[in-house]
Amino acid sequence: MSLPRSRQPRRLGTAFARTIPAVISLALLIAVWELYARFGGIAPTVLPAPSRVLQQAWENRAALAENTLPTIRATLAGFACSLVAAFVLSALVDFAPRLRRALFPILIASQTLPLVAIAPLVVLWFGFGLLPKILLVALVTFFPMMVALVEGYAATQKEIAEMLAAMGAGRWRIFRSARLPSALPYFFAGLRVSITYAVVGAIFAEYAGAAKGLGIYMLSAKNNFRPDLVLAAVTISSALTLMLFGLAVLIQHLAMPWERAGREDGQKSSTEGGR
Amino acid sequence: MTRLELRDVRKSFGALEVLADISLHVGEGEFVSILGPSGAGKSTLFQLLTGAVRGEGEMRFDGVPLDDHGSRFAFMPQRDALMPWRRVIDNAALGLEVQGMRRRAARERVAPLFAEFGLAGFERAWPAELSGGMRQRVALLRTVVQARDMLLLDEPFGALDALTRAAMQRWLEGMWRGHRWTALLITHDVREAVLLSDRIYVLSARPARVISEIPVPLPRPRTEGAALAREAAAIEAGILDTLLGATNSRPFDGEAK
Ligand SMILES: Nc1ncnc2c1ncn2[C@@H]1O[C@H](COP(=O)(O)OP(=O)(O)OP(=O)(O)O)[C@@H](O)[C@H]1O
Ligand SMILES: [Mg+2]
Repeated sequence: MSLPRSRQPRRLGTAFARTIPAVISLALLIAVWELYARFGGIAPTVLPAPSRVLQQAWENRAALAENTLPTIRATLAGFACSLVAAFVLSALVDFAPRLRRALFPILIASQTLPLVAIAPLVVLWFGFGLLPKILLVALVTFFPMMVALVEGYAATQKEIAEMLAAMGAGRWRIFRSARLPSALPYFFAGLRVSITYAVVGAIFAEYAGAAKGLGIYMLSAKNNFRPDLVLAAVTISSALTLMLFGLAVLIQHLAMPWERAGREDGQKSSTEGGR
Repeated sequence: MTRLELRDVRKSFGALEVLADISLHVGEGEFVSILGPSGAGKSTLFQLLTGAVRGEGEMRFDGVPLDDHGSRFAFMPQRDALMPWRRVIDNAALGLEVQGMRRRAARERVAPLFAEFGLAGFERAWPAELSGGMRQRVALLRTVVQARDMLLLDEPFGALDALTRAAMQRWLEGMWRGHRWTALLITHDVREAVLLSDRIYVLSARPARVISEIPVPLPRPRTEGAALAREAAAIEAGILDTLLGATNSRPFDGEAK
């Protein structure tokens, strides 16, 4: 008795096929850009062609790699902190609703802060090291996950909670066995939103001041009138975000195997009434 | 021997009076049904028993007042309440795990029962892969393995199609003959109540009170014989008259949901 595993590769195959339109439109965009930059009479110091960006990226690969690693480090560290904080705080809020009323106004206010203004301040307070980057990444990624978790807990089916209580389960047991798993789909929706902010948050922090990193690299490339290198760094940061997004989708896929079962075409129900 | 005894149990939600005055009792090994119109307060009565809400009046089990844990009862809620994220076997074993048993041991305890519940081969399936009737059997299995003193079943077959429901009722009657659980069943379905019960309490519409207590002295098994069917039909007709008379021609929505 197991899921029909043979279907899984096919489903991944169709997922791949579904990306084809996106690939085509992206290729078209790049082609138009290339033609315009080459034959539109635009100076490469204003708008470099994609081919030039690529070529310069390759020539400067050592510097780019050297500056990408700190950004990845800041992104992952900040996101990890944010993830832990979201879980811990959401659980606390779930156990003490009064805390929620105390905390949420502050959290919402934190989301209204303009990043451009706050990033230099955070760097001013915490220096050029890893800490201000972690803080800024956490600031931009924390809220969507927190809100998603709190809403997810509340979406627990009432009957399930009552049944657990009737079985003699305490609050912690109900949280662990019912509220947390009920919140998973919400959590992953929030995760996919917040992960797209993570790299941008790190770059903002570096922009405001750092020894190394994609943000500071972009800043100095811009100051040297090298838009090609700015765009090369931008491309890398987009690729990082896409990879993180893909990773989140993959983890969701692995963490919630029952979601897939729900979409199988219930061939098993035909055996109903076998007794 | 009387096990569960309720005397003058009342419950209001704010200004809404739900249970006006409920007195009933259930004996050892007895199968008792509560029959009443939708919204009468039947599920609320179970919530009182399991301690989910508090009311007034006297509730005793084996002569001892019920404390606020429902530890005497194994409760099957109105919806099956299966956890989509647990495999069928782990859903069935949930109550044992909550009681402190290790997951492994709990699985070993429930696994041999799968055949009897018509679920053999589906141990590792997800609930989403089951049909409605199978889901109800999993929910029932999860309820009975808790080995509590008494079963509380809230409309276990209410959400099923008529054919599956009839099959499940017969199956449950057979299971009960084998196990002789002490059970209290809530239902809308007069035929179901007559098929399964030793006694039936008929409730009025909200605010609910017991308007009639009907013994069902039919021999078991109850699924065969034309004479038996005629007797059962007579009891059913009597209950319907009581219900329809008491609810002032308000239609009895036994087929609703
Ligand atoms: N927690 C609650 N707060 C306020 N009102 C409630 C609450 N629970 C139930 N009620 C009300 O009590 C009444 C009885 O509800 P209950 O669920 O017990 O009915 P029921 O007899 O089980 O109905 P059904 O047969 O449709 O399941 C309804 O009018 C419902 O709105
Ligand atoms: Mg009900």
